[in-house]
Amino acid sequence: MKKNYYESDDLKKFKNITDWNPDLGEKFFEYYNSVFKQGTLSAREKSLIALAVSHVVQCPYCIEAYTRDGLQKGIEKSEMMEAVHVGAAIRSGASLVHGVQMMNVYDKLSM
Amino acid sequence: MVSKSLKASNNLLSSTKRQLEILSNGIFSEGGLPKFDSNLVAYELNAPRPLKLEILQVNVGYMCNQVCAHCHVDAGPDRKEMMSRETMELCLNVLKKTKVKTIDLTGGAPEMHPDFRWFVTQIRLTDVEEIIVRSNLTIIMANKKYHNLPHFFKQNKVHIISSLPFYKKNQTDSQRGDGVFNQSITALKLLNSVGYGKSNSNLHLDLVYNPSGAFLPANEKILEKEFKKALKIDFNIDFNQLFAITNLPISRFLDYLIASENYEDYMSSLVEAFNPKAVANLMCTNTLSVSWDGLLYDCDFNQMLGLKVASPISHLRNFNLGLLQERKICISQHCYGCTAGSGSSCQGTVV
Repeated sequence: MKKNYYESDDLKKFKNITDWNPDLGEKFFEYYNSVFKQGTLSAREKSLIALAVSHVVQCPYCIEAYTRDGLQKGIEKSEMMEAVHVGAAIRSGASLVHGVQMMNVYDKLSM
Repeated sequence: MVSKSLKASNNLLSSTKRQLEILSNGIFSEGGLPKFDSNLVAYELNAPRPLKLEILQVNVGYMCNQVCAHCHVDAGPDRKEMMSRETMELCLNVLKKTKVKTIDLTGGAPEMHPDFRWFVTQIRLTDVEEIIVRSNLTIIMANKKYHNLPHFFKQNKVHIISSLPFYKKNQTDSQRGDGVFNQSITALKLLNSVGYGKSNSNLHLDLVYNPSGAFLPANEKILEKEFKKALKIDFNIDFNQLFAITNLPISRFLDYLIASENYEDYMSSLVEAFNPKAVANLMCTNTLSVSWDGLLYDCDFNQMLGLKVASPISHLRNFNLGLLQERKICISQHCYGCTAGSGSSCQGTVV
C-alpha cells in the first residue's frame, strides 16, 4: 500500500478507471467532457463552479485540476477565492440551517 | 523579481550545454518520459523537414530594456551581443536572392539596436511583403528617442507583434517587471492613435499571450475574445489578433521551472498534451532563424540552445538555400513546447 491515501500522481491515472469497466468509464468521461464545454454558461464560469464544488467536496485532485484550469483560462486569484467562499458559505449555511431543526426539537421538548 | 540575465549572474544555466543535458536526462532518462524523437516514431510521424522557406527571423541582439522572468533569450540591459551592419547587409542579400515573404525582427528589444531604423528602411526597399517587429511595447516609452517609433513603424508598414502576457496589471508585472503593464497600455494607445490595430486600417498590431507561470495556454480564440473585451472596456484599446504561445523550457523559464520545483510536472504536461497534428505545421519547417553573429538555426529556440543548423551552410556569408533545404531539423525535448495542445509558434497556435 502507498504511504498516503492521496497521491498527486494518481490524478494522471484517473482515466485508468475505464480499464475495469470500459462501458461505464467511457460513458462517464464522455459526459464529463460534454459538461465542461462552452454552453449557455461559459467554460470560464464552469471552471469557477467546479473549483467551488471541489472545495465543498474536499477533493484534492479536483482542487489541483481546477486551479490549474483557472490559471490557464486567465481566472484571477481574487475570483478563485471568491468562488471558494461561495462554496464555503453554502456548506456552512447548510450546517447552520439545521440549527432550526435543533430549535424545533428543543422547543417541542421544553416547557 | 529577476534583475540580471543568467549570463551576467554566472548562472550555470547560461550554458547551453547544461540546458541540453537537463533536457536530455532526468525525467527523460531510460524508463521516464519518451524523448521527442522516439515519441515521433511511436506516433509513426516523420521528423519535421524544411519546406518552402517563407520567414527569415532575424535576432538583431540580446539587449533589452526588460528582464522578463520567462525569457528564453536571457535578454536584458546587460547583454551586449549585437548584429553588425555587415551582417545586416548579408540578411538583405538573402532577401534579394530568395523569395522569402516575411522578415521577422526580434531580440532582445530590436528597436534598441543603433542600426534598427536603417535596417528596416533597407528591408522596405527589397521585395519582402511583410516586415514583422517583435516589440515589447515598453521600449516605446523607455526614452524620448523611441517615442516616435509608432510613426516610423507606420511609414515602413511594419507589422507589430507585441507581448502582453495579460490584460490585467498583476499577471503582466509578475512576469515582466513592475510598471510594465501601465507602460504597455500607454504604448498601445500610441500605436492605436497612428492607426495600428484599427479595423479599417492595414496596420497590423497583434498581441502575444504567454502564461505567467508553469501552465499551458488556454484556447487562443477564447483568450483573444477576453483580451479584446477587457482592453476595449478598460482602456479603449484595439488590436488585431492574439497569439497564444507556450513557454518553452529554455534559459530563464527553465531556471524558473527548476527553482520552483515545477520542471518535471511541466515537462509531463507538455508530453501529455502532445498533439500529433501539430508536427506537420511546426514553424521550423518554413522559417530560418539568424543570430546576431550571422549563424543559422532552425528556430529562435534552437538558437538559444546553441543548436546550429545541421548543414554545411551554417552562416549567412555562404548562404545557399538549396543546400539548407536538405538539412535535418535539430530536435530535442524542448520541441514538446511547440506540439502541446493546439501547438505553438511565433504566430500562435498551429492546429
